[in-house]
Amino acid sequence: MRRNRLLAIPMAFALALFALAAHALTFPQLTGRVVDEAGILDATIRQSLTEKLAAVEAKSGDQIVVVTLKSLQGTSIEDYGYQLGRAWGIGQKGVNNGTLLIVAPNERKVRIEVGYGLEGALTDAVTKLIIENAILPRFRAADFPGGIVRGVDDIVQIASGDAEEYKRRAAQRPENVSGGIDAVTLIFVVIVVLVFLWHIRNGMHGGPPGARRRGGYSGPVFIPSGGSWSSGSSSGSSDSGGGFSGGGGSFGGGGSSGSW
Amino acid sequence: MSFAAFRQLRVALVILGLGVLLSGCGVNNIPTFEEQAKAKWSDVNNQYQRRADLIPNLVETVRGYAKQERETLEAVVNARAKATSIQITPDIVNDPAKFKQFQDAQAQLSGALGRLIAVSEAYPDLKSNQNFLSLQSQLEGTENRIAVSRRDYIEAVRVYNTELRTFPGVLWANTLYRSQKPMETFTVSEETRRPPAVKF
Repeated sequence: MRRNRLLAIPMAFALALFALAAHALTFPQLTGRVVDEAGILDATIRQSLTEKLAAVEAKSGDQIVVVTLKSLQGTSIEDYGYQLGRAWGIGQKGVNNGTLLIVAPNERKVRIEVGYGLEGALTDAVTKLIIENAILPRFRAADFPGGIVRGVDDIVQIASGDAEEYKRRAAQRPENVSGGIDAVTLIFVVIVVLVFLWHIRNGMHGGPPGARRRGGYSGPVFIPSGGSWSSGSSSGSSDSGGGFSGGGGSFGGGGSSGSW
Repeated sequence: MSFAAFRQLRVALVILGLGVLLSGCGVNNIPTFEEQAKAKWSDVNNQYQRRADLIPNLVETVRGYAKQERETLEAVVNARAKATSIQITPDIVNDPAKFKQFQDAQAQLSGALGRLIAVSEAYPDLKSNQNFLSLQSQLEGTENRIAVSRRDYIEAVRVYNTELRTFPGVLWANTLYRSQKPMETFTVSEETRRPPAVKF
């Protein structure tokens, strides 16, 4: 019991930090590669888009997700977009090769949100061209499925265009891995281990496992000290079966937006 | 096995547990959070640098179509020169005066750029120039990245500064890490620094 209470303090602290980091925006659930919250796509189109996007991921690992939103919840589509991408963790962890095509029909806004790793291929200028040429003309004619399909086709084409180039770029942006032990902890641990060994030498010749467990300490030990927003602790179940989840990629505001 | 030996093992394991708890208590947090905040700061800097790199090209393109906007163009050039003349040293994040200087210079550049984009509205030839469109979308993207990286930095600094001042971090801050100072953060709101949205 006492041990539990000791543990509770740092855990509560970690939880408090986590709660502070949580954000006011709410995001739709990531139900697949096409999340049609606004309900502007019919089942056939969702199906064909999903297959197309699954094929892209199977080939290059790039995760492209189409999302339509009922509401931007009062913020800009740029603000919503990168946070949604981070919340879902689209793209593979460390490579950040995710892209979102976000359509907010009620606000008449569209955005291509590009993960860090694809910024080299899907530059701001290129995504702007896709929006202006492929998407907006069709949206202005109220042809949402047509605009989305054409937009996705162009994104896929450009993203797979020079796979080698963007893989190289992505490799240059490794995620900073948190963790590591500093000298003070190390010394402390060494002392503890020495004391422990000394006790064993003087006291006993090893006990049954039950005894170990009673005095021992088990359970989570290190409080994760990450300040990162990426939701990518679940490392990618990236196969294109029924379930789809983000690989833990992150976003930094790349891409561009348009309105009609 | 004897009771005494079991006791000794238990003591040893409790000490081991305490050691582990100690690192759980955040002895690592202050340096970790500081490094994270510094990494975010260099991100912010990269994005501002990226914007500064875009400007000469943008200015030249606009000049080709809108010579009469000399004042606006010069304001951008001067603001850029001022912003890039500030030496970015690692301790700028701990120096309120320098940080403010940096922030003000960048805000001024944002304002000048906003005006440049606004006046370019009046030149249809310029607006349909492919080079200008490309530069403009890059500028928009960069402004957006600046906003994102600033927010990430502000959040990282908040976590770091909170750790310095709250329990249990404050214990470490006053013992092991006495030289650690709180970091500065942005105070000018993002909205005032964004150029006005441009419709095509």
